[in-house]
Amino acid sequence: MHRNGIHRSRLVGTLAVAALMGIAGYAIFFLAPTERTMGEIQRIFYFHVASAWTAFLAFFLVFVANLSYLVRRRPVWDQLAVSAAEVGIAFCTVVLLTGPIWAKPVWGIWWTWDARLTSTFVLWLLYVGYLLLRSLVEDPTRRAVTSAVFGIFAFLDVPIVYMSIRWWRTQHPAPVIAGGEGSGLDPTMWRVLLVCLAALVALLVLLLRQRFRLEQLHSELEDLRLRISANPGNRF
Amino acid sequence: MKELVGSMGIGTATYWILAKELRAELRTRELLHTTLVFVLLVVVLFSFTFEPTREESRRYGPGLLWLALLFAGSLMLQPSFVREQNNDTLSALRLAPIAPFSIFLGKALANFLFLTVAELLLLPIFAALYDVTILPVLGEILVVLALGTAGMVTTGTVFAAIGAQARMRELLLPLLLLPLLVPVLIASVTATASLLAQEPAMDWTAMKFLIGFDVIYLAASALLFEFLLED
Amino acid sequence: MFAESSTALASGLVNPHPTSVGLYLERVSKRYGLLYALREVSLQIRAGEFVLLLGPNGCGKTTLLRVAARLCQPTSGRVVLEGVAPEAPESVRAIGYLGHQTLLYDELTGAENLRFFARLYGIQSESLLNEWLQATELWPRRNDLVRTYSRGMRQRLSIARTLFHDPALLLLDEPTTGLDQNGLAWLGRTLARLRQQGKTIVVSTHSREALAELATRYVTLAAGTVVDDAVPHHSAQP
Repeated sequence: MHRNGIHRSRLVGTLAVAALMGIAGYAIFFLAPTERTMGEIQRIFYFHVASAWTAFLAFFLVFVANLSYLVRRRPVWDQLAVSAAEVGIAFCTVVLLTGPIWAKPVWGIWWTWDARLTSTFVLWLLYVGYLLLRSLVEDPTRRAVTSAVFGIFAFLDVPIVYMSIRWWRTQHPAPVIAGGEGSGLDPTMWRVLLVCLAALVALLVLLLRQRFRLEQLHSELEDLRLRISANPGNRF
Repeated sequence: MKELVGSMGIGTATYWILAKELRAELRTRELLHTTLVFVLLVVVLFSFTFEPTREESRRYGPGLLWLALLFAGSLMLQPSFVREQNNDTLSALRLAPIAPFSIFLGKALANFLFLTVAELLLLPIFAALYDVTILPVLGEILVVLALGTAGMVTTGTVFAAIGAQARMRELLLPLLLLPLLVPVLIASVTATASLLAQEPAMDWTAMKFLIGFDVIYLAASALLFEFLLED
Repeated sequence: MFAESSTALASGLVNPHPTSVGLYLERVSKRYGLLYALREVSLQIRAGEFVLLLGPNGCGKTTLLRVAARLCQPTSGRVVLEGVAPEAPESVRAIGYLGHQTLLYDELTGAENLRFFARLYGIQSESLLNEWLQATELWPRRNDLVRTYSRGMRQRLSIARTLFHDPALLLLDEPTTGLDQNGLAWLGRTLARLRQQGKTIVVSTHSREALAELATRYVTLAAGTVVDDAVPHHSAQP
């Protein structure tokens, strides 16, 4: 009964996210106007930027979970942290892949050592480091504490890396949104971007829930194993 | 949680730990020698990858210097806590009635001094090999070196304590530390480059940036280091 | 929690430099991954007791001593030092812990090791250090690196490091390791004197022979639990 309920809600959630993604895709290709200079390729912008924002949101969650773990010492915070980090890396990977696809036709090169692109890459490296660290610490409590401290250090680095862009020049089309004067996004483009953002955030929530549930099952399994090893005679 | 209960001042405890680190290092000079040779090697090897003209030296020299220092630092900081594990001396430090942060401060200061000595010895060699004039801006260069090194050492000492608790720690520290130090690398290289340019100038934005980085991570270390001593 | 710390604080105020400290463990468990090093251990050790902690290797003796020394956080349960405020510096000073490893710096000399730890405890007196170096018969080798010491010499220096700040609660993990007949006799005399002074002493050992005549109580551990808690025959007459 309970299991069925979980399955049903998961199915409903998955369908809802799929529908949202479909709507976002429709909006990108049929509602959004074609950009004047860049042409069709600019449509990748919606997923590129929305993925970036979603990745930031995920990493912010990691940071909050890291802090909460150090204060409260509840394993759930550690479980949330690792789940959000993994999902965040997935979104960050999307950003790093769509960037070059966009850049090649527009700038004529796949990759440029532009600061914003590079700093997203740095961000990706930091959180891959976070997962790497976790895989190399045996004891669960130690793993949670050391990775929480590292996670906080890594997150503090995000705005610092970002600021280094503003101060040391970049050729990225950064000021398109909330940039200086002369920048601005067509209102329709804005709306499409927000739809994409909504779809991706919904996807984030879905993936996060699944990953978190998996992590909880992991620790449940560990507890069960522990109980068996504690009472070898007792087979429940 | 062990608060700052040390009846001894944090400065005094830091001093004794720093003195202990220096004494041990002066006896073996392991860290200093290996760091020096490592940086020298990088500086020399780099010149083989291209034949730098005077102009190119100016352009690439600062970046090369800082890259070498960053790699050297990430290797040099590792033993900081691994040494304390050999005979479990970390337990003795944790048992002592001192503030946990003084353990961090003592070690970070020691690491800062080791790296600075290595840098001072390397600076003239670098200047000669890459044909850059350093003397007129020596004071400014030293300030940039000190600020960049402080950023490296603050984060690096914390990460050394993290790495000491993991497997494959020799490889892990550079992997964790180097991405985090990207802003330090950018700012230090920018500042050094503008000092070594045709018309030397102090890049105050870069300096403020470095100071900001150092302060933020020193504060974070003060708040979080204690957690890494738990068992 | 609140009430407990306030009463403890009060006793700390009354007794800022405790000479007698009791050690209470309440349902203490320590888990490493899938393994329980300690499972629901409850133990009341009153001030002035001399407890011999017995049991085979890997039964949890070392973990129990580390938990008691506050070097490791129990997974569950409580450790209380009776007679000192838990947050006061005195609670740290009250503990003398001799580890499984030496807790000494190999690249420092014997005298430097002792001096460094003395400074951390706020002790400036050189004569105290010299007394300990002479008592441990390390005086002639005091300026040699610990790296060059034999296992027995390191053990004697470790014991000096544990005891020089005059702790009220001694937690000694296998203190007889590496000691020769002379060293054993010295350790026996030293612990007898400390017992006389009313120190609380907990000694782990895998052999019942060593230090047996000093003990007032035998606690035997197996697989992380207390399986036997007995008073030795000889302890009727002190």
